[in-house]
Amino acid sequence: MAAVGLYNYWIVVFLMMAGFYIVIAHDNLVKKIVGLNVFQASVFVMYITFGKIQGGTAPIIAEGITTYSNPLPHVLILTAIVVGVATTALGLALVVRINEAYGTIEEDEIHVQDEES
Amino acid sequence: MTEHLAALQVVIPLICAPLCMLVRYRDWSWIVALFGSWSCLVISWLLLQQVMTGGIISYHMGDWAPPLGIEYRVDTVNAFVLLIVSAIGAVVTPYARESVRAEFGVNRVYLFYTSYMLCFCGLLGVTITGDAFNLFVFLEISSLSSYVLIAMGKDRRALTAAYQYLVLGTIGATFIVIGIGLLFAETGTLNMADLAERLADKPLSRTIGAAFGFLVVGISLKLALFPLHLWLPNAYTYAPSVVSAFLAATATKVAVYVLLRFLFTIFDVKLSFGVMPLDSILLVLAVIAMFAASAVAIFQPNLKRMLAYSSVAQIGYMILGISFANVNGVAAGILHLFNHALMKGGMFLALGCFFYRIASVNLDDMAGIGRRMPWTMAAFVVGGLGLIGVPLTVGFISKWYLVLGAFERGWWFAAALVLLCSLLAVVYIWRVVEVAYLKPAPENAPDIEDAPPSMLIPTWILIGASIYYGINTDLTVGAAKLAAQQLLGAG
Repeated sequence: MAAVGLYNYWIVVFLMMAGFYIVIAHDNLVKKIVGLNVFQASVFVMYITFGKIQGGTAPIIAEGITTYSNPLPHVLILTAIVVGVATTALGLALVVRINEAYGTIEEDEIHVQDEES
Repeated sequence: MTEHLAALQVVIPLICAPLCMLVRYRDWSWIVALFGSWSCLVISWLLLQQVMTGGIISYHMGDWAPPLGIEYRVDTVNAFVLLIVSAIGAVVTPYARESVRAEFGVNRVYLFYTSYMLCFCGLLGVTITGDAFNLFVFLEISSLSSYVLIAMGKDRRALTAAYQYLVLGTIGATFIVIGIGLLFAETGTLNMADLAERLADKPLSRTIGAAFGFLVVGISLKLALFPLHLWLPNAYTYAPSVVSAFLAATATKVAVYVLLRFLFTIFDVKLSFGVMPLDSILLVLAVIAMFAASAVAIFQPNLKRMLAYSSVAQIGYMILGISFANVNGVAAGILHLFNHALMKGGMFLALGCFFYRIASVNLDDMAGIGRRMPWTMAAFVVGGLGLIGVPLTVGFISKWYLVLGAFERGWWFAAALVLLCSLLAVVYIWRVVEVAYLKPAPENAPDIEDAPPSMLIPTWILIGASIYYGINTDLTVGAAKLAAQQLLGAG
């Protein structure tokens, strides 16, 4: 049942590829940011998954418990989420400015305007 | 005090950034930034001295012992890179005062210094840290602030350039996190020295192989290795002059350092270049970068874009040196990292001087500029000679060691290609010289003075250093060779 046991990793790979595809295939700048978010989220899931130990519990010392999950990946991912939020905020802010400057957020239309000027 | 130097190196600019924001008034925030960058230069100089005499410095953040706590680890390699980054910062900040005032709205000046200090802090942090995840966090600090800096350009294309860089930079950073995560899953540690130790005992598993692949691709995106360089030309072209100079001289160099650190310190040379065929891959990509980017540079009407493509080519030289995987080759890569920072930083600063006076960096507007702004143009030409690799400039020194490394490896054709590619640099520099000196200035050209001293002096400090270190190579070659020996495990 190895394939089922790796369920989370299948999700990770699917999300990663889906997000990556959106970033490459879409012309809309906001959709690209969303794709980037999905892409990053897949990595968060990956880290959380390998922090889990089967039969392990929350890392708080208590009597009668010998196996704990590793808390470090969770902490790392908290940091990575913050970085992701900052990236998204900055990306969207840039899209707002681009919309003010060009009047569109479609990449092909922006290219046309740049060619003309 | 001295035992905390390693922490201060990062903490000082980190504190200066919000200070610049709080004081708001443009000259005060400039003074804060000046204080930050100059004190960082002093610290990095002291660190280099300490490392040269006393060996590796290991600083435990918050007194938590590694590998659990975050460790700052300074050896010859990153002490040298720290010195480069902070020296460039210390030279660019005085220059920024006039240039930023001219190119930014008066009310936005303090925002520039805030993000500039953050970017500076991030680059120093990436270099000094001995913890793989900490490296990612600092990398994102420097990247996010550099997207902001690029978007501050006046042209609206600066916005799309910053956006494109944001998307590609984030993909690169995420690849790096995946790689670090896979290494963590395999070894259970994030400390670089500890990672190296534990990886050495393990046979090559698929996890380690995947981590290696993700890391190499992610870092290559950050350092703009051909064909992952697509974000670079637009970003450098439309960014404000100061930002182009600062980023061209530091950001890609720090990424090259990260590549060195992962290939040689964390993974073993045997894995990077023996088991994985990375040496031939890097060799091919580096050679294509050298030729393709130099050839494209020849046809650029915009000089900033020309220098940006030339940067892609010069990064090719550094990677070529690394691909030789011997002491001379890696030393040449590290040397060129330093030398190219001086030359390209100086040349971008010279372009900033032109922009300050004639509000353009297009070749068409440069007719006769050699007589109208003689000092600035002279700086540009001397920097250009360095790019070509004329003797007595730093460019010659790096190419000399590159050729030595190529012969040592037995790749004589690579040595020939290095020399051949220098001819392309002659072409694109000569174009500018021809227009600037041999064409008459247009009849209706307004009388202009040369750039103000506060901009000209920093430009000439970098250009002068590129001559000085071309003649007196004790410091640079000595440090680069020592660093290469440490990386390759021979010293």
